[in-house]
Amino acid sequence: MSHMRPQDILLPAAAGLCCKPGGFHIDPVRPVERAVITHGHSDHARPGHGAVLATQETLDMMRLRYGENFAGSTQAIRYGEEIRLGETNVKFHPAGHVLGSAQIAVTCKGTCIVASGDYKDAPDPTCTPFELVPCDVFITEATFGLPVFRHGDASDEVEKLLASVALFPERAHLVGAYSLGKAQRVIKLLRQAGYDAPIYLHGAMDAITAYYQSRGIDLGELRPVKGVKKAALAGTITLAPPSATSDLWTRRFPDPVTAFASGWMRVRARARQRGVELPLVISDHADWDGLTATIGATGAGEIWVTHGQEDALVHWCRSKGLKAQPLDLVGYGDEEESETPAASEVEA
Amino acid sequence: MNRFAELLDRLAYEPGRNNKLRLLTGYFREVGDPDRGYALAALTGALSFKHAKPALIRDLIASRTDEVLFGLSYDYVGDLSETVALMWPKAELAAHNNPPPPTLTEVVTTLRTLGKTELPKQLERWLDELDETGRWALLKLVTGALRIGISARLAKTAAAALGDKDPHEVELIWPGLSPPYLDLFAWLEGRGDKPVNRDPAPFRPVMLAHAIEDADFAALDPADYIAEWKWDGIRVQAVAGRDERGHITARLYSRTGEDITGSFPDLVPSLRLPGAIDGELLILREGRVQSFNVLQQRLNRKVVSPKLIKEFPIHLRAYDLLGDDENDLRELPFAERRERLETFIGKLDDSRIDLSPTVSFASWEALTAARADPASAGAGEDADAVEGVMLKRRDAPYMPGRPKGQWWKWKRDPHIIDAVLMYAQRGHGKRSSYYSDYTFGVWTSGEGGDELVPVGKAYFGFTDEELLQIDRFVRRNTTEKFGPVRHVVHEPEQGLVLEVAFEGLQRSPRHKSGVAMRFPRISRLRWDKPPREADRLETLERMLKAEAAEIEM
Repeated sequence: MSHMRPQDILLPAAAGLCCKPGGFHIDPVRPVERAVITHGHSDHARPGHGAVLATQETLDMMRLRYGENFAGSTQAIRYGEEIRLGETNVKFHPAGHVLGSAQIAVTCKGTCIVASGDYKDAPDPTCTPFELVPCDVFITEATFGLPVFRHGDASDEVEKLLASVALFPERAHLVGAYSLGKAQRVIKLLRQAGYDAPIYLHGAMDAITAYYQSRGIDLGELRPVKGVKKAALAGTITLAPPSATSDLWTRRFPDPVTAFASGWMRVRARARQRGVELPLVISDHADWDGLTATIGATGAGEIWVTHGQEDALVHWCRSKGLKAQPLDLVGYGDEEESETPAASEVEA
Repeated sequence: MNRFAELLDRLAYEPGRNNKLRLLTGYFREVGDPDRGYALAALTGALSFKHAKPALIRDLIASRTDEVLFGLSYDYVGDLSETVALMWPKAELAAHNNPPPPTLTEVVTTLRTLGKTELPKQLERWLDELDETGRWALLKLVTGALRIGISARLAKTAAAALGDKDPHEVELIWPGLSPPYLDLFAWLEGRGDKPVNRDPAPFRPVMLAHAIEDADFAALDPADYIAEWKWDGIRVQAVAGRDERGHITARLYSRTGEDITGSFPDLVPSLRLPGAIDGELLILREGRVQSFNVLQQRLNRKVVSPKLIKEFPIHLRAYDLLGDDENDLRELPFAERRERLETFIGKLDDSRIDLSPTVSFASWEALTAARADPASAGAGEDADAVEGVMLKRRDAPYMPGRPKGQWWKWKRDPHIIDAVLMYAQRGHGKRSSYYSDYTFGVWTSGEGGDELVPVGKAYFGFTDEELLQIDRFVRRNTTEKFGPVRHVVHEPEQGLVLEVAFEGLQRSPRHKSGVAMRFPRISRLRWDKPPREADRLETLERMLKAEAAEIEM
């Protein structure tokens, strides 16, 4: 069996990461014949492709967002399941990022490349834990690819939120969180910390949260915040898309404390700039230690780094004797950019 | 130290003044002496130890981390202390028997006596012992960069609230106090007498003016106000007093209370009458006030050489008299203090100190005319050094801070040009994740037709909303990236026009355009204007001629 050069298997193209021998693109940003999709966030899962291969959850989320006809045809694949596409074998593994998120292992003539999409190695009660997949080439994200990003324990941050709720019983707490994944994780963490009061939701989160519940994730009593009297919101917690927390919409709350659950909250200037009073460092992406530990553990000799702080991670890989290069892919996951778009697009 | 750091952290995120006061007073109540005293000193800028240079902090982090990773991180975070605090990798300590983290008192007192060579090791130990917030606060403190969005005034107000005292009372005795303020807290808690100020030449907190808007005039009566020129120099307080043995002590303070006597030894002999003058520091040559550009060349010099003193003769132009010998004049109305000032300056009879003249006017129209043309309204040949006019209520006492409706400043209209955004760089501090530093250019004829030449950099003047808009524009219209700098599209039909306001213009061989602006800021975003309609370099050159600025002697 003759080994193939990795770039003959996967190559960045205008539409996204292209697999010629397999005849598909991974997370394409433009409509393509055949798309293989890692997870349901709107920068990775776009409508208009011919055929889509993804986990059932990811397909369901796309259907929720884009309607029944979001693709020509769909095929669901389970974690650990392997199928043949063209000259390649494609296998899905859990990525631990959000419900249904997957890493995609592409093997062709003995060379295995893992496109990990977005991932985290930290515990998350709302999705299947990240699985380490040994490979020859590992494609990693670098959203938090700087050593200043160390996220700590998410449950400590939730304790911080609860302490503030106890301190200001006359105020409402408004937690900005991406509506796919982060919001449900924060709710679940609140429940695990023993908070059993009803939690209120911004309208943009209803559908996706209900979907999580339909997949057997118990989130306790949730109520739409719409129509609730101002005075009744004192001492409560409401989750909303980040863009809504600085909106006129917040005027329905009594003297709200604005929190934001995001890995970006690690950097003071980011929190202050957004007018956040209670920064909560909770991230669905791997932090610096997570990225570097994962890279090392895959055993891959070659690392391709995409979306985020590529320079730092590439430098780190090279200093460890690994072959590494930034992948010039555009259109993904700069949460900086996607924090303020329309309410339906805030879940990056 | 961790408790103090926690306070700083809370303060940094808390926007409301009253909530900040509650946090501060709560801290003073909860934390005992002497930690709270050193905290008060840190918050009011009253701590004195030799600050660690940023280079030392860089060396420390370099010994623990990769240089490239540090550089990228610093570029991203935009703040040295925070970067180091976040990425500091703790040394492998024994899992048990760790030393407790240091108290604020321990940090402050150790820093006072620590030798320069021992500092790095000590800092390293503390960084290992503290948590992330503690490290951040420690580094802010040792580098002398503890700016956490509260004023010294607010910290003193919070302390005063501990004993239900008027903050003004604390201000008056403040100059005689020193950290850790055991006597102050004893008095505030009713355990001791009110401390007495024994400094012979103390600083008095400065009174500041509001910028006047057109709409303000309607409510003001010209007869209630005295007008004077606002000189383009440095606002100072010159204080002389007798010590216990009757000798004169003289000190020069900046408007924030920093003792700057050492930079101006040539003025000290002139401060021989006990009193406190509020005035403007200027350079005078042959009786003529020189521009701020000239004064600037005397500032921030490490060594004040005889040559410097001779070439840049210092002068004090007096606005106000706060103390006359033993008498505190601050409660008197301004009109009365002004009379006392005239007498005082006459008695002093010193060529280095003169009176800033008042500008007579009967109506706002008359004052508008005087402001537009200071030369024919009394400023004569010094008109170029006039920055605008000041309006002071005749009956206003001298109050620290910026009290409403007492003093107004009315600056001359700034210069304005339309320029094209060329490059953008991420800001520092609060703006570290936003492209907030802008290099802009104007058109000039080049070899291949018209081209843009950079004429300046600005990083404020816009609103938060406008910052978001520009940031988005920059990210979407980047043509090239060089580290933290982005080249932004700037073609005749494509790009962003910025209206730039600035105070002055000077020739500068260091700039490609040959001109440099003073105090440039973005005054408006001209989304409506195509770049080809922006101003040309010739416009600036015409302004330059009118300006008659003098950067080189």
